[in-house]
Amino acid sequence: MTWSGWSGHPRFLLVFRLLAALLASLPLLLLGQGIFARSLGPDPGQAVTESLGIAALQLLIATLAMTPLRRWTGWGGWIRIRRMLGLFAFFYAVLHVLAFLQFVLGWTDLWATFTKRPYIVAGALSFLMLVPLALTSTKGMMKRLGKHWKQLHKLVYPIVVVAWIHFVWQARSDVGEMVFYGVLVLFLLAVRWRWGGSRSMIPFVRG
Amino acid sequence: MFIKKRPSWALPSCEITPESAYLNRRQFMSGTIAVAAGLSIPGLVSAAQLPVPGEALDFVAMPGYSTDEEKTPLEDVTQYNNFYEFGTGKGDPARYANEMTVDPWSVVVEGECGRPGKYALEDILKPHEYQERVYRLRCVEAWSMVIPWIGVPLADVLQKFEPNLRARYVYFETLYDPDQMRGQRSLFSTIDWPYQEGLRMDEAMNELGFLAVGLYGKTMPNQNGAPIRLVLPWKYGFKSIKSIVKIRFQEQRPKTTWEMIAPQEYGFYANVNPEVDHPRWSQKRERRLPSGLLSPNWMETEKFNGYAEQVAHLYKGMDLRKYY
Repeated sequence: MTWSGWSGHPRFLLVFRLLAALLASLPLLLLGQGIFARSLGPDPGQAVTESLGIAALQLLIATLAMTPLRRWTGWGGWIRIRRMLGLFAFFYAVLHVLAFLQFVLGWTDLWATFTKRPYIVAGALSFLMLVPLALTSTKGMMKRLGKHWKQLHKLVYPIVVVAWIHFVWQARSDVGEMVFYGVLVLFLLAVRWRWGGSRSMIPFVRG
Repeated sequence: MFIKKRPSWALPSCEITPESAYLNRRQFMSGTIAVAAGLSIPGLVSAAQLPVPGEALDFVAMPGYSTDEEKTPLEDVTQYNNFYEFGTGKGDPARYANEMTVDPWSVVVEGECGRPGKYALEDILKPHEYQERVYRLRCVEAWSMVIPWIGVPLADVLQKFEPNLRARYVYFETLYDPDQMRGQRSLFSTIDWPYQEGLRMDEAMNELGFLAVGLYGKTMPNQNGAPIRLVLPWKYGFKSIKSIVKIRFQEQRPKTTWEMIAPQEYGFYANVNPEVDHPRWSQKRERRLPSGLLSPNWMETEKFNGYAEQVAHLYKGMDLRKYY
């Protein structure tokens, strides 16, 4: 069978999606292993919170990479895992927020934290924008929203940018990691700009 | 390295639990004779547990300068570090600090003093008796530890260099050697190496100021700032500069490394103060390490890290919100 033959085969797609799911679960599995083995160091709450945040950002970036991958490879399988990756990003973001509230804040100092600290405000904003995307990720919602669905889901562009800002504002001295993710985000947004123009990037606008 | 013989008049430390017994206190309590016998010989068992093999030091315990709070286990003290010269990850210093050579070591003393020069570390330490002080260490990142340091009073060492009347501040500098310190080779670091710190002269002369050469009874592990580092328990941890190669007495207030990177976040004084938040997080509480996931070890942060009695007078009349 040729590539175009078996790459569209349902069983191949199933294996591909399972592999993607496994890969997307890896941060959680590693974290679980770290907790179980008590290898997260003397401040595990901080470590768990940070790892979950990084995982959320990585999954957001992975989600953003699917459309360009389809364009470059011409293979539709990438799009078939896009929603799953997006939901994994949301899943990690939810755990990240809960971990922050429970392990870092201990549910105290909430008002000051969410009003006075710019990096927290950025993180909260990014998370809040992600919620409607997760809620409208079902086939039913896609149908109901029609052409508005695409306009709404362009929110993922500001989400990933604000999430990155949330990350950068936590840098203390070495920004290598931030630069790495920043370059990825910039690249994935730039290719869309090139393909569709600036209008295609603005949420709630048809383009 | 600089091993000192205990003078005949000094009492051996009888208050301190050997680190091996401390680390294995549960087994110890379980009371198997064989285990207890083995663990009660420090050096036999403990050497294998040290990430960096340290040499035992002779010292006098200083109960007057020590807390009896539960000490942070050696493992955490030596595996969870901020020493950006070796990377920004908490585990990086333990991984990479062995790339630094600390013997021989010399310290340049310069500026407004009667005895400037380049001193071998041994010569600086020779006239002094080692003390052990168990201090709280409060990091600006809102975690804290309790560490038994071995060292000498900072004031005693500085006095030997005969600072003159123009010496209003003292400046400290960490080793700069990108070949040995991989964090200094990073292209994305915003730190303008070498790491620099400073104190007002009266702060430096305070009885709490300590130059540490070891911890848990042994020479300093590299990742904790070998061979000689500052310990200023009433200030945030970043003031306690590590691996010191230069001391300068000067009239002008020195700029400090963190002040140069983010002056709105890290002031020159950096006294522990629960009333003044870091712009990015609250300083009201701290996690005393080791902390657990299900049982986080939160506690209220005290002004001057609980050392107000000894140091509050230094800042009398100063607005600590302005001079943070």
